[in-house]
Amino acid sequence: MVWVNAVVQGILLGGLYALFATGLSLAFGVMRFVNLAHGDLAILAAFIAVSLSTSLDVNPLVTLVIVVPGGFVVGYALQRLVFDRVVGVDPAFQIVATFGLGVIIQNALLEKYTADTQGLNVGSLETATIRINDAIGIGWMPLVTLLCAIAVLTALAVFIKATKLGRAFRATSDDADAARLMGIDPRRVFAVAMALAISTVALAGVLLGVRGSFGPFSGPENLIFAFEAVVIGGLGSLWGTLAGGITLGVAQLIGNQIDPQWGQLTGHLVFLGVLAFRPTGMFGKVALR
Amino acid sequence: MDSPLLQIDDLDVAYGDFQALFGISLGVGEAETVSIIGANGAGKSTLLKAIVGLVPPVRGEIRFDGSSIASIPAHRRVAAGIALVPEGRRIFSSLSVEENIVIGGDIRRPGPWTKAGVLDAFPLLQKLLRRSGEGLSGGERQTLAIARALMANPRLLLLDEVSLGLAPIVVRQVYEAIPLIKAQGTTVLLVEQDVNQAIAVADRFYCLLEGRIALSGRPGEVTHDEITEAYFGMSTVRD
Repeated sequence: MVWVNAVVQGILLGGLYALFATGLSLAFGVMRFVNLAHGDLAILAAFIAVSLSTSLDVNPLVTLVIVVPGGFVVGYALQRLVFDRVVGVDPAFQIVATFGLGVIIQNALLEKYTADTQGLNVGSLETATIRINDAIGIGWMPLVTLLCAIAVLTALAVFIKATKLGRAFRATSDDADAARLMGIDPRRVFAVAMALAISTVALAGVLLGVRGSFGPFSGPENLIFAFEAVVIGGLGSLWGTLAGGITLGVAQLIGNQIDPQWGQLTGHLVFLGVLAFRPTGMFGKVALR
Repeated sequence: MDSPLLQIDDLDVAYGDFQALFGISLGVGEAETVSIIGANGAGKSTLLKAIVGLVPPVRGEIRFDGSSIASIPAHRRVAAGIALVPEGRRIFSSLSVEENIVIGGDIRRPGPWTKAGVLDAFPLLQKLLRRSGEGLSGGERQTLAIARALMANPRLLLLDEVSLGLAPIVVRQVYEAIPLIKAQGTTVLLVEQDVNQAIAVADRFYCLLEGRIALSGRPGEVTHDEITEAYFGMSTVRD
């Protein structure tokens, strides 16, 4: 029964990874863009939630009504002011620009909040559990997180499949110049894609802060998990991202069950295995679907 | 003739250090059909790309309906009335055939070309609507690309290498669309390597050679030898 529990908890943890990875997957799918500051932006959102919940004296979850739209605005502005300059050129420029942004965010957080680890306290919800039996309990917050991930991915999939702007996303992903001939401004599409990417990762950052503690330098480690989820699921595939997140979560917690030190290791091994034997991932195709 | 719909003056275009067009000047009148012929690498596609704004000119001016379009970015030129059927067709493979048609009309001017209108003109697309944009035959892709461009109801339709890679019978079918397009009063500027095809549909033609206009005229006014000379840049061998 402990193994079943490991799988159940792994699936729940996978929801958080998937939510983290959604924005990476979207940015890669639409504009072949890899944002190394993605994890740092999540942590930034978590810190902002700390400040807001303290100063407004509200539950951290309430701050999502500010943090998520704030992520949208920040993403749009970042794309327009910074990332646009490095889309479609040598990938080295993307790496330098986004890595640099990550360093700036980390040190700004260190300056403002010190190196102390923080947590977001959401009260009784944090420990509330649905008991299945003696060995298995489903925590409310992890369940809410997984449901958030499914809801966000479903909404994005419907948006991309069924709306005019979503169609423009797919067309731009296929061929940005041909899309311009249709009157689509790729820079606007890119900006909206990054806005959606950062707002989803802001949500992920706050939920991460509820789940555990974080500090100014927690971004990169979470970025690695998000990357692994994206690669396992298949680059640019939104549903693959969910499957990849869950696969990674389950692998980590099964490893954890074998030996508490093995958790991250087994996750990385599954990732390396996918890279070695199925480099396109579970749902891989380098197009936005 | 009033001032032409499209007027190009002394246009130079370069890709980095490589200059593709040298001092091109030409005009296309409203409702005219003009062909640009020339060998591979003569700069024909570059000229069309400059007109739609995908490559910036180094020098010279492009005027559309009397005013310079230099400051209009590529994605706004379709609203101004310029549509391009690009070389290689560039069908969106993630979109269905129907979506490929509809997206052409996302930004459209009022006019006769609607989804029903293009399906009427190109009935072969009717049974493909649900299919994905990838996996179509060359002729289907070319027809779809023309239908997609027409959805914007352009005043000026640019056609790039319509016949390239198509079987002769398919080329003929695709070219049957041109009278339909002209009948709506649309101005057509088409680029072709296939001289006979291009001359047959055109009111006037220009021949490009290594980025310069080597010859221009009306079909019938110019001899076959003159065209051959301008096309290849050398005199035909005579006895």
